[in-house]
Amino acid sequence: MGVLDELTTKAGGEDAVGGVPARLVAAPRDTTEAAALISAAQGLSVVIRGGGTKLDWGVPPRELDLIIDTRRLTGVVEHAAGDLITVVRAGTPMAELHDLPGQQLALDAPPAATAGGTVAANASGPRRLRYGTARDLLIGITVVRPDGTITKAGGKVVKNVAGYDLGKLYTGAFGTLGLITECVFRLHPVPAAAIFVRATAPPGHAARVLAGQFAASACEVNAAPGAEPELAVLLEGTPAGVRERAAAVAELLDGEVSGTAPEWWDVLPWPDGGVGIKLTGRLSQVPALVATAVGAGATVRGSAGAGVLYAGFPPDGEGADAVVEAGRAVELLRAAAVRACGHAVVLTAPDGVRDTLDMWGPVPGLELMRRVKDQFDPHYRFAPGRFVGGI
Amino acid sequence: MTGIDALAARLRAAIGSRRVLTDRQQLRTYECDGLAHYKVIPALVALPGTAEQVAAVVRECAAAGVPFVARGSGTGLSGGALPHADGVLIVTSQLREILDVRPEDERAVVQPGVINLQVTKAATPHGYYYAPDPSSQQICSIGGNVAENSGGAHCLKYGFTTNHVTGLEVVTPDGDLVRLGGPAPDTPGYDLLGAFVGSEGTLGVATEVTVKLTRLPETVRTLLAAFGSTDQAGAATSAIIAAGVVPAAIEMMDALAIEAAEAAVRCGYPAGAGAVLIVELDGPAAEVDAQFDEVSALCAAHGAFETRIAADDTERALIWRGRKSAFAAVGRISPDYIVQDGVIPRTALPEVLRRIGEVAAEHGVRVANVFHAGDGNLHPLVLFDDTVPGQADRAETVSGAILDLCIEHGGSITGEHGVGVDKARYMPRMFSDADLDTMQLVRCAFDPDGIANPGKVFPTPRLCGERPGRRQGAHPLHEQDVAEVF
Ligand SMILES: Cc1cc2nc3c(=O)[nH]c(=O)nc-3n(C[C@H](O)[C@H](O)[C@H](O)COP(=O)(O)OP(=O)(O)OC[C@H]3O[C@@H](n4cnc5c(N)ncnc54)[C@H](O)[C@@H]3O)c2cc1C
Ligand SMILES: Cc1cc2nc3c(=O)[nH]c(=O)nc-3n(C[C@H](O)[C@H](O)[C@H](O)COP(=O)(O)OP(=O)(O)OC[C@H]3O[C@@H](n4cnc5c(N)ncnc54)[C@H](O)[C@@H]3O)c2cc1C
Repeated sequence: MGVLDELTTKAGGEDAVGGVPARLVAAPRDTTEAAALISAAQGLSVVIRGGGTKLDWGVPPRELDLIIDTRRLTGVVEHAAGDLITVVRAGTPMAELHDLPGQQLALDAPPAATAGGTVAANASGPRRLRYGTARDLLIGITVVRPDGTITKAGGKVVKNVAGYDLGKLYTGAFGTLGLITECVFRLHPVPAAAIFVRATAPPGHAARVLAGQFAASACEVNAAPGAEPELAVLLEGTPAGVRERAAAVAELLDGEVSGTAPEWWDVLPWPDGGVGIKLTGRLSQVPALVATAVGAGATVRGSAGAGVLYAGFPPDGEGADAVVEAGRAVELLRAAAVRACGHAVVLTAPDGVRDTLDMWGPVPGLELMRRVKDQFDPHYRFAPGRFVGGI
Repeated sequence: MTGIDALAARLRAAIGSRRVLTDRQQLRTYECDGLAHYKVIPALVALPGTAEQVAAVVRECAAAGVPFVARGSGTGLSGGALPHADGVLIVTSQLREILDVRPEDERAVVQPGVINLQVTKAATPHGYYYAPDPSSQQICSIGGNVAENSGGAHCLKYGFTTNHVTGLEVVTPDGDLVRLGGPAPDTPGYDLLGAFVGSEGTLGVATEVTVKLTRLPETVRTLLAAFGSTDQAGAATSAIIAAGVVPAAIEMMDALAIEAAEAAVRCGYPAGAGAVLIVELDGPAAEVDAQFDEVSALCAAHGAFETRIAADDTERALIWRGRKSAFAAVGRISPDYIVQDGVIPRTALPEVLRRIGEVAAEHGVRVANVFHAGDGNLHPLVLFDDTVPGQADRAETVSGAILDLCIEHGGSITGEHGVGVDKARYMPRMFSDADLDTMQLVRCAFDPDGIANPGKVFPTPRLCGERPGRRQGAHPLHEQDVAEVF
């Protein structure tokens, strides 16, 4: 029996990505086994599956032979509390990293999402305003390249400028450059106190919060057609400091101090079967982006402090009408994003609609990106067609 | 006409003759960067005045198969901007315009030759600043910062250049002008911006940089704590971090470094200190006050026998003065020294400092320690006297052994000065062949012909006559009082 036979099993009905069924599935136990698997899988097209929480998002693969599942690549290898770092295997659920003793990996991602999937998707939530995103918190990484080579970049210390910072390249690459098997993250102390200020206020008022001396950890907007827009601000720190700042923000926004987040906090604003779009732009353009999206019928949530918003449209009937509607909405939002010097990326859309949309929109530097892909995966076998420009 | 003469003629035609230097005396001005013992006179210097002119120069280089090296202010400490003898040095000193300052977007757009501190100066009237603060910030360029992913004393809390650059315009090694990122975050596609930052000029030339502006903090408070030993100061550092405090900066100096600083600037640090810590906290007043009390208590609990608190900006400057002068000051107590730059996990501090002491003693040289304790970024100064036969070699052995200690403890061979030519040969100690090969994949994507700053970062045969890591006396920039070394 060859290595491939030993390490893979026949795919079942649920082993599909974006409606494309796989032939084989594998769940390697460690980096070495993953490298053996990938070396033996030369010639096969591969998609990596983490928690599978959002695997159906994005463009379906052009072809699919093998799903590599990270469900056995789990566990915290090291938590060096004194150094505020942790080394984790890629399949480790984020739930395990949200509260390490006294410390946290400060990335908002669904608890069932994996560390590797979160890095590969560069997922982020409200607290990116204070802590940054996976790109900022990842300090070291182990990857098995599409040719089976095991390679590391970065290290275990936060400050490090030796060689290229390849962790950045794998972050947000959606598994097109190889399988992430291990990640080293920078951690943050769990703040002694955290309080929210909730207000009914237009998105433009977020600018007042940002310009003040409140050091907000998050500043989120929520707006929908026919409803009053809301703002919610998260303040973290010492109990006394947080109370004082929260009172000041509440006064500024004419809002209320609360121990809990609003129910829409860190919840993407579309139901299953809807259309979800990520919108970015200049901070000063956030109100305009929100207005355009709400005008087009979307519910909009996201970070007014970081300039990253999510617009969601509910499932909109069937067939041709839905396609036309979604196409129009994407066009409208993309134009608004361009005016705001940002981007509109379609994260998810119903099956029939998805194929008609340009999911990624215009991408600067695409030619260079192709050249990077050519180097790492010359036969375009890893997540073929899932990424920008058909990469 | 030689190949270089022909190239010079084409460059003159492309960007104007006054922007192309061929006179040997003028070329000599650019023979080294901040690591002055490596010297190479470039074949040509180009001083482009626009991004298009940079692209034109690079296109001519590509067509002629001639290497090019970008240079900002030439303050790099790893020989990154060391010219290529048969190549073109592209100097960004004519690209010094701040193009846009938008506090409402928390962004500024600048040309690559703009001096780091000028960005902060432009933003301060609006209540903002540019957070990465290398101690060379009065002279180093933003383009150089991007290439080196520079940090400063305050990167413990605020991060490095890579966390503060959202957009770049770059000229690729084939002469194309490409935009990576922009004013908004999360540009779709590969994070080529992230790969470019810290690539030390080997992936192209940055011609425009979009940076984040950070809100000026409401309050800044600084204290100086004196301890009997570096072990105690190290334990206090760990305790502060463990308590959940993220100071803006935590800096440490050992007895020898204090001695040097006293000799140079009479900073008046507490007598008899085996180590001092400088801790700075910034942010909203209520937070800072609460944390400041905690930090003071933790220092006392770990053996601080004296703590001074800066009452105002003047007193703060006084506390920082000793720290900032320490490198130059070492010139007072030793004729020659090597500035090393390595990183270890913070918790390994006591152990590594002890081992450094042992290694130094074994080889009969002294090491002064001045460093960013908060993030484990060591700057050991290996002192020697070049007139004593064998001392220089012993100093170099110690300096190399310190890097091995860093690697052994899971750290890095450079925290902020970069690899350049100086540390390329250490890269295989930290990375496997496969790791280095993977970096080469990116290099090949950007620069298949290898004409962008060749011979840097990646291990290559040593240059003739090179004497790595060594500097004689104080850096000229200190002597002119333009730069302080952290
Ligand atoms: C196109 C798209 C855009 C998204 N954008 C956002 C966003 O902007 N914000 C947000 O909060 N969430 C976003 N998500 C959701 C995000 O994927 C999830 O929140 C979650 O973090 C992913 O974790 P998971 O383990 O469930 O990964 P999965 O859903 O299983 O996989 C997510 C992606 O990562 C790849 N992947 C998974 N594990 C690895 C690995 N070990 N090595 C290499 N590649 C791997 C997969 O092939 C897939 O492309 C996006 C998802 C997609 C598909
Ligand atoms: C006294 C002193 C103190 C210092 N303190 C610190 C410190 O605290 N922290 C720190 O991180 N560093 C420090 N340094 C090192 C140095 O100042 C930084 O590395 C700085 O970023 C270099 O900027 P520069 O403009 O002088 O670049 P140069 O020395 O001219 O070039 C450095 C590298 O950048 C490349 N480069 C320059 N411009 C571009 C461009 N536009 N596009 C692409 N590549 C380019 C060059 O090819 C070279 O590889 C110090 C240096 C001195 C002399």
